[in-house]
Formats: sequence, structure tokens, C-alpha cells
Amino acid sequence: MVEVPLGKDKIVVRDLSIYYGNVAALKNVSFSVKDREILGVIGPANSGKTSFLRAMNRLNDLDLSSRVTGSILLNGKDVNREMDAEEVRKKVTMVFALPLPLPMSIFDNIAYGPRRHGTRDKKRLEEIVEKSLKAAFLWEEVKDRLSSSAMKLSGGQQQRLCIARTLAVDPEVILYDEPCSGLDPISTAKVEEAMFELKARYTQILVTNNVKQAARVGDRIAFFLMGELVEIDEADKIFTAPRDKRTGDYITGRFG
Amino acid sequence: MSLLMKLHFKMSQHTKQRIAFTILGLASAIVIVPVIVIFAILIQKGLPAINCQFLTAMPRMGMRAGGIFPAIMGTLYLVAGTIVVALPLGVLAAIYLVEYARQNFLTRMIEVAIVNLAGVPSVVYGLFGLGLFVIFLKLGVSIAAGSLTLAIMILPVIITSSKEALSSVPHSFREASLALGVSKWQTIRCVVLPNALPGILTGTILGISRAAGETAPILFTVAAFYLPRLPKSVFDQCMALPYHLYVLSTQVPNVKPALQYGTALVLVGMVFLLNFVAIVIRARIRSRKQW
Repeated sequence: MVEVPLGKDKIVVRDLSIYYGNVAALKNVSFSVKDREILGVIGPANSGKTSFLRAMNRLNDLDLSSRVTGSILLNGKDVNREMDAEEVRKKVTMVFALPLPLPMSIFDNIAYGPRRHGTRDKKRLEEIVEKSLKAAFLWEEVKDRLSSSAMKLSGGQQQRLCIARTLAVDPEVILYDEPCSGLDPISTAKVEEAMFELKARYTQILVTNNVKQAARVGDRIAFFLMGELVEIDEADKIFTAPRDKRTGDYITGRFG
Repeated sequence: MSLLMKLHFKMSQHTKQRIAFTILGLASAIVIVPVIVIFAILIQKGLPAINCQFLTAMPRMGMRAGGIFPAIMGTLYLVAGTIVVALPLGVLAAIYLVEYARQNFLTRMIEVAIVNLAGVPSVVYGLFGLGLFVIFLKLGVSIAAGSLTLAIMILPVIITSSKEALSSVPHSFREASLALGVSKWQTIRCVVLPNALPGILTGTILGISRAAGETAPILFTVAAFYLPRLPKSVFDQCMALPYHLYVLSTQVPNVKPALQYGTALVLVGMVFLLNFVAIVIRARIRSRKQW
């Protein structure tokens, strides 16, 4: 594992294990995520990628059978012990595999988070909505129909809407759980473009089944297999000279 | 031989299907028949009695003449009181059971209790209301006691339908909201409840119909035999259409049948009207729903 100076780590994961009932989805994983990088997380099904993401923003709490040991530190604070779930989720937001617009207008979707967190001023909300939609590369496509239903947007637009919605709560970390699995290549390219632009301000973790996407977008890549972290390294190194044979096999498509 | 069997099989399949469809069609037709018959009789015999005076005047001459205005208003008050009590209570209980309660012995007991509550005969509710609200809580025979009794009677309907409505809101909506750091209660209030509203209203409609039409629960708790004035407060008695109908039909000699059928028609019409309003509200909310 690459050692990075602690000061530059946004997230530090120490001995993290996640259990659902008696089944371990993630086993004793330790690594760190640097500030403002895109970490691509790859691995076959059941490798613990999504479990890791859901532990990051404590959505695992909703599953009563789940149990987490070890720790996840965000800015040096333990998300499970030193922060409450709402605080964690506001700082570490998530974009899901399927686009999940809420059944309301485009504007209300983006304004939903800020409103719930106490922003009432209409001017301020309009600013947030515009800024978020611009950052997610959706503004030009929807600026004339902000009051129409978000459910009527195309899949790719919906997914960028969801990115914009997470940006509106001013997070520090954005988690993507296979955000392009249901999208066509052009929409995928747009979502990836948005991720690139967001690098300037946010730390991003992208879980994907698409190895090529991880290669295109990720600064570093983590390879999970059967709940273990096999390897984490710079994207160049992982894709050209992986240290573990299993990584190489997965990337070149020999299994998974 | 085998060809014959095949042919026989084919034909019998076809015939079976026709028989099945006929039976299904008849079954649904039979459901309509009593509705039509009831309405036909009510309208034919009751409509002549209905006029402006019948709807807006006080009863006179021991209910043999005059109108049924206090009974109409009494039923409206009772329905309103019932909804005011039962809707919030039922919806809150449903929210707790669906969103917060863990599956354990206690919640199973609550659910069993709700099912059993739905199966209690309405006259038992009447006795229960008499014991608890009228006598023990000293509300007296009053609109308050009657509304509370009816509220408890329709509570299971409202809880059950609200629970179904809440459960049918996609889990993903909740996660989308929670993932933004929005609290669980805000998620329920701003995402789950608005989307469950049509279903909750459906349950309320059913509850309203039952509350407006029941006689037994109001028998001991609120209904006045003959009270040719409007109630002064919620602690006053009032007349109510179902009980008035019962009185007209069995307790008062020499009542013109048209008066009875007219009263029945007004009762059925009112339930229909209440349902219709609720259905319109539900349809409007649904049309705004976007998934």
C-alpha cells in the first residue's frame, strides 16, 4: 500500500470489517483516500465495494443486521463514533446506481437538501440550484424548464441531476455507486466529464463495474475481491504493472 | 386414439375457458345487481319525499312531518369529529409501525390488535364507548363520546391502509433523501408522506363511509331519539341519520314510508358525496404524483 502523509488524507480507513448477520462483506480493510482525488474502486460482484460505500456515509445503519468494526476517519474524525449520521451524510453524499430523482420538479430536487438543512431564502436557493446544475453540466439543458418534473428527464440527465442535488448540500466527499450502469456511452461521458470538473473541489470515490471507466476517471484504483482489498495504487501502475496477479487477471478480463 | 384424445383435450380446454369466463362475468354482474336494486328502490320511493323543506327543516309532530335537518347536521358533525380524531392517530400509528418499529413481540402484538379491532362487531364498540367515554370519562351522551367511539371503530381501516400506502413508497426515495444528510423525520414528512397521501385518503374514504352509516356505535354514545334543534357544543347530543332511520322504521307508528326512504336516500347520498369529494381530492393529488 502506498504510504501518504497523514495530513493530506481526507479519509482513513482502519481495519474496517462489515458484517451482514454472520456474513462478512468486507474483511479488515485499511487504506486512505487523498484529498480531492478520484479513487476508482473496482472488483467483481460481492467484493464489498458497495458495502464500503454504504459504510462511508453510514447508510448501512438502515440495515439492522449490519455491523461495522474498525474505523473510518473523515478529516481525522471517526464517522461512527465522533459524528452523527446526518452530519456524515451531509459531508459524504452519495450518487446511486440508478438515477433517483425525487418525484418533484427539477428545481425542488436540487433545492431539497438545502431547504431541509435550513436555507429558506428564495434568492439563495436559486443561486444554489444554478451553481449546482452548472457544476453537474446540466444547466444548459434544463435552465428553461426548472419547474417541470425531474422524472421526465432522460436517464443521463437524471443522473447528473442527482449529482447536482448532492452538490447542493455542499459536501466534501462524493460517493458514486456504479453511477453509469444504466446509461448510454454519451451520457456516461457527460457524467465522467462532470466528475473531472468536480475534482477541483471534492474528494470522489467511484465504485464501478466498468474497468475502463475506472481507468479513464480514477487517479488511484483500489481492487476489491471477496471482501478483501487486494491492491490500491496509482491508476497507471495498476493498469500497466499490477503487483498482484489477481488484479492483472481481473483487469485483463480473465475472470470477474 | 391419440388424435381423438388430443381433439377432446383441445375442445375441453376451450369449453372450460368459456365456462370460466361466463362464471367470472356472472360473478361480477351479481355484485352490481344489489347496488342497482337498492338505488332503484331508494330513488323510486324516497325521491318524492325529498324537497327543500325535508332537507332544511326540523322534524315536527313526533318526526311524522317536517324535515331531517338536525339528523343531517348531526351525521356531518360526527363524521368530522371522527376524522379529526382517527386520521392523525391512525396515520401516526402507521408511520411508527412502518418507519420506526422493529419487528419484535410488541409490534406483532400491535398488529394482531389492529386486525382484531377490525373484527369487533359494531354494537360492541357502542357498549365500549358507553363504558369508557360516556360513563368513565364522564363525557356523557355527546358528540365527543360518539365521535371517539366511531374513531376507534375506523382506526384499523385507516391504520391498515396508511401502512400499505407508506410501504408502497419506494425505499429508494428514502435513501435518496437520507443520503443528503436529511434526517429521518424530515424524510418522512417531505418525501414519504406526500407520496403516500392518495393511499391514506383511500383508507379515510372507507372510514368515513363506515362512520357515517353505522348505527350501533352511536346508539348509546350520542344519538338522540328526537331532538328538534342543532347541538350546542360537542358535549351535546345530536340526531344522526342512521339512528333516525332506525327510529322512523321501528319506533314511531304511522310514519309515511316515503319519509323513511327519503331519509335512507339522503344517508346514502351523503356517504356518496363524502366519498366523491375524497376521491376527487385523491385524484388531484395523484395527478400531481410523478412516478
